[in-house]
Amino acid sequence: MSTTIQKTAPTSGFRNGPTYRFLRRALRHRLVVSGSVIIVLLAVVAVFGRQLAPYDPVAMDFGAQFAPPSWQHPFGTDEFGRDVFSRVLYGAAVSFQVAFIAVAISGTLGVFLGAVAGFFGGWLDEVVMRFMDILFAFPAVLLAITVMAILGRGVGNAMIAIAIVYIPIFARVTRGAVISVRGLEYVNAARALGQGNGAIIVKHVLPNALAPVIVQTSLSLAFAILAEAALSFFGLGTQPPDPSWGRMLSEGRAFLQQAPWMGIFPGLAIMLSVLGFNFLGDGLRDLLDPRLKQMVK
Amino acid sequence: MSLRYLLQRLGTLLLVLFGVSVLTFAIIPLIPGDPARVRLGVQATDENVAAVRRQLGLDRPLVVQYVDWLGGIVTRGDFGTSLISDQPISREIGRRLPATLTLAFAALVVGLLIALPSGIISALRPGSKTDLGVSVFSQVGVSIPDFWMGILLVVLFAETLQWLPSSGFVPISQGFWPWLSHLLLPAVTIGIISGSIMARFVRSAMLEMLGHDYVRTARAKGLLERVVIGKHVLRNAAISIVTIVGLQMATLLSAVVVVEIIFAWPGLGSLALNATLQRDYPTLQAAVLMSAVAFAVINLLTDLSYVLLDPSVEYA
Repeated sequence: MSTTIQKTAPTSGFRNGPTYRFLRRALRHRLVVSGSVIIVLLAVVAVFGRQLAPYDPVAMDFGAQFAPPSWQHPFGTDEFGRDVFSRVLYGAAVSFQVAFIAVAISGTLGVFLGAVAGFFGGWLDEVVMRFMDILFAFPAVLLAITVMAILGRGVGNAMIAIAIVYIPIFARVTRGAVISVRGLEYVNAARALGQGNGAIIVKHVLPNALAPVIVQTSLSLAFAILAEAALSFFGLGTQPPDPSWGRMLSEGRAFLQQAPWMGIFPGLAIMLSVLGFNFLGDGLRDLLDPRLKQMVK
Repeated sequence: MSLRYLLQRLGTLLLVLFGVSVLTFAIIPLIPGDPARVRLGVQATDENVAAVRRQLGLDRPLVVQYVDWLGGIVTRGDFGTSLISDQPISREIGRRLPATLTLAFAALVVGLLIALPSGIISALRPGSKTDLGVSVFSQVGVSIPDFWMGILLVVLFAETLQWLPSSGFVPISQGFWPWLSHLLLPAVTIGIISGSIMARFVRSAMLEMLGHDYVRTARAKGLLERVVIGKHVLRNAAISIVTIVGLQMATLLSAVVVVEIIFAWPGLGSLALNATLQRDYPTLQAAVLMSAVAFAVINLLTDLSYVLLDPSVEYA
């Protein structure tokens, strides 16, 4: 028994801290672990896809059109004889890039707007949140299509379109969390010590209101991957011949009876990444919000 | 529900709808290029473009154009004319809005047929294999792209088995089965996804109710399990379930946009995408405005139904 106590006894500040305790709990949580494993694997593919791909994703080979999956072409080839496996690997980079940048933009703007609205309240809150309500009143995909109509087609514009769609969600989540902590004693204490509003928000309010934002980030990444795939599927996002999962599904759609692999593998790739982010988001919610965990369990 | 709360919510709705109309109107001035040139083509002379600009009223100040545009919609239901077909857009909207709402409602019915039994059964046997199966189905269902699910169902049921048509729409006036056969695949596509989301909420709502003291008392009285579940648990869980259904309607309308395009369903979503691809901006404006209005009204009705159904919820 004494050995056990010695082994688990804190040896450093980090080991005794809340981050370490949280990480230990997270590593024991099935959803968090499976979500993280899927995301890390796909992120490796997204970063090193170019090195891992056995073929050039846009190189055509008319002698190998519609080749079924084999050792040479694990996911088969498409109507131009391009290697579907290499295109799926390259597509990971596009999907992850669009999703991470779009969520970074919407998260930054949404958290800023939500924090300001929640902390100051009053007319500022009314103005910001009514504007968010207006953006929220558009069905998500339709809003993205409309923004693409204004900005034009292309991957960069798809990122902006997706970012605009998710700003109101981040603003709402952050505002709610900020309101729940803004009246607490340590915030009043910081104010009594003469700290400015900006410093109070950044140093005291936001760090304690971040849990729902972290959960929302993971869930939004899942939706952003789906949204990018949908926009590319409709011909608004990635443009040919560049590979993206949504674009590949759209191209494979006409040949699904003849070459089902053209639609199956990009679809599975989208599903797997969305599943990974959803697992992580749900797992983090369980860990960070014990109330919800009890209810769901 | 207090009259004050109702008026407050209606006031917010009007404010939101006003903002929605301003943003929707802004689509045309924000889009690079000239709608008059879209109508006439790139070969048009500057004089002809200027004449069409005058004819469309685009040479007037933006505020005047906005008031005229909104006034036409509110008083006469006039959304202007399509730049491509030159037909009144209101006729197209009148044809497509019911198609969108029919698909959304049918998808909701399919979703409930999946969510209610699976959510209830998994809540009654938490931790069992059935519960695990529902949980896996739910996670996978949420992660499947709706357009991919649509394509897979088309390949299976339309192209391989040839049981159902792959796309299109037939009005119910041309027969019930032709109408239903065209509706089934798009409705099932959205229904499977929304059903998998709702199943999780139904399970949580049921579990929450099962944990209450009155359920233990009912069981202690010796009541049959089906009476305990049917008469006590389900009735009380219904409040949460109706709220979830309302919240799902908003998500569902978004999925409808995508699925309409896959199945060539003549609704507002496919209208909006075609208008974007053809640069028919007045039609895009109309489709976006009508979808946003439907979305905002459904959100309001969800909020109100929540207050009506659950008297313990009070709003200032």
